[in-house]
Amino acid sequence: MIDSFPSSAPPIVDIHRVTRQFGTKTALNDLSLTVPRGGVFGLIGGNGAGKTTLIKHILGMFKPQTGSVAVFGLDPVENPVGTLGRIGYLSEERDLPNWMRVGELMRYTQAFYPNWDERYAQELRVAFDLDPKARVKTLSRGQRARAGLLVALAHRPELLVLDEPSSGLDPVVRRDILGAIIRTIADEGRTVLFSSHLLDEVERVADRVAIIHQGRIMLTASMDEIRDTHHRLTLRFNQALDRAPALVGALSYEGKGTEWTYICNGESNQLRRAAEALGATVVGDATLTLDEIFVSRILG
Amino acid sequence: MQIHISANDGIPIYLQIVNQIKYLVASGRLAPGEELPPMRVLADRLLINPNTVARAYRELENVGIVEKRRTAGTYVSTQKSPLARSEQIKIINERLDALLAEARQMDITFEDVVKLAQQRYAALHHDSP
Repeated sequence: MIDSFPSSAPPIVDIHRVTRQFGTKTALNDLSLTVPRGGVFGLIGGNGAGKTTLIKHILGMFKPQTGSVAVFGLDPVENPVGTLGRIGYLSEERDLPNWMRVGELMRYTQAFYPNWDERYAQELRVAFDLDPKARVKTLSRGQRARAGLLVALAHRPELLVLDEPSSGLDPVVRRDILGAIIRTIADEGRTVLFSSHLLDEVERVADRVAIIHQGRIMLTASMDEIRDTHHRLTLRFNQALDRAPALVGALSYEGKGTEWTYICNGESNQLRRAAEALGATVVGDATLTLDEIFVSRILG
Repeated sequence: MQIHISANDGIPIYLQIVNQIKYLVASGRLAPGEELPPMRVLADRLLINPNTVARAYRELENVGIVEKRRTAGTYVSTQKSPLARSEQIKIINERLDALLAEARQMDITFEDVVKLAQQRYAALHHDSP
């Protein structure tokens, strides 16, 4: 099948030490990130973490103030034709021309993309229940997202970029978006990069994840690696303690008396040895959801 | 094939699929020789990454519960795998645990439970020789 990680192929996106200031605010802080070819890459972070600014650099909408950005090995600012023509993009605002009708939007978008697949476009239009005569401005929020998704998908892009695609949408439309992500990578070699704060969605579809916080990448790894290296350890001590003893790799802890629960980063065996060195018995060792890992990473 | 995924309970999704298919095979709801849904179809239905389904099928293949056929499908193994047997015993054990707990609540001794089990077995055996 499509087991593409780790891939020896050149990365689809290669961001190297990019810093971006807006006035005195630093949106991206010496940030480096590599998105390999194939699979689904989830970019997660809170509001204002820098997700959208990062995506706009990939699309060539921002020129890096320092550092470099390469997409398909090309500079997206210098070579918009060679990059944008191979990217499908859906923004959080889903900024579509309001005055157009859905059919006009499709014909208009088609003109930009030599690879536009009209049959696929019509298939999507029917599946999404979009009326070609409806004006974009009259569409509901959900139908607007579907129209945006249609024009992002119909040229079968090598890279599909979705910025908070599910934000503010009902579960039915969210299903359409997740389905589109899955079908996009089921075609061999294609890549999806999407940002989200709905971590259960990311957990469902992402192969790799990067956590972005205050303009920096805190962690980037495959979902499997992230799961294998984060544990919730519950330790029992011989005597009641006022506060939790320091444990190597601990990101956060809670508890009281003789029982303390740590969220920690490390190999299970190493963590167990460290716990035993403290004179504790390990009474619980559970895997964590991405949500719990994210919160402990950000809040510490 | 009914599979339910919960992204919030801390069990990796591929493992949820592995466990549920094991259960379906052990309980006979997936019969030997039956074809599993193609990976893309299951990924699309569950709205999960196709690689996750591939990983689950691979694990099931490694322990002999399913087998790949030349014609690109994945099927429930026709040979009884030892693991399916241990899964069956696990299911029976769960039922026994519940039964024994209930018997204790009703003050029925273990010896009486065994005696009742023998009587029931004899009755069933008598009804359908």
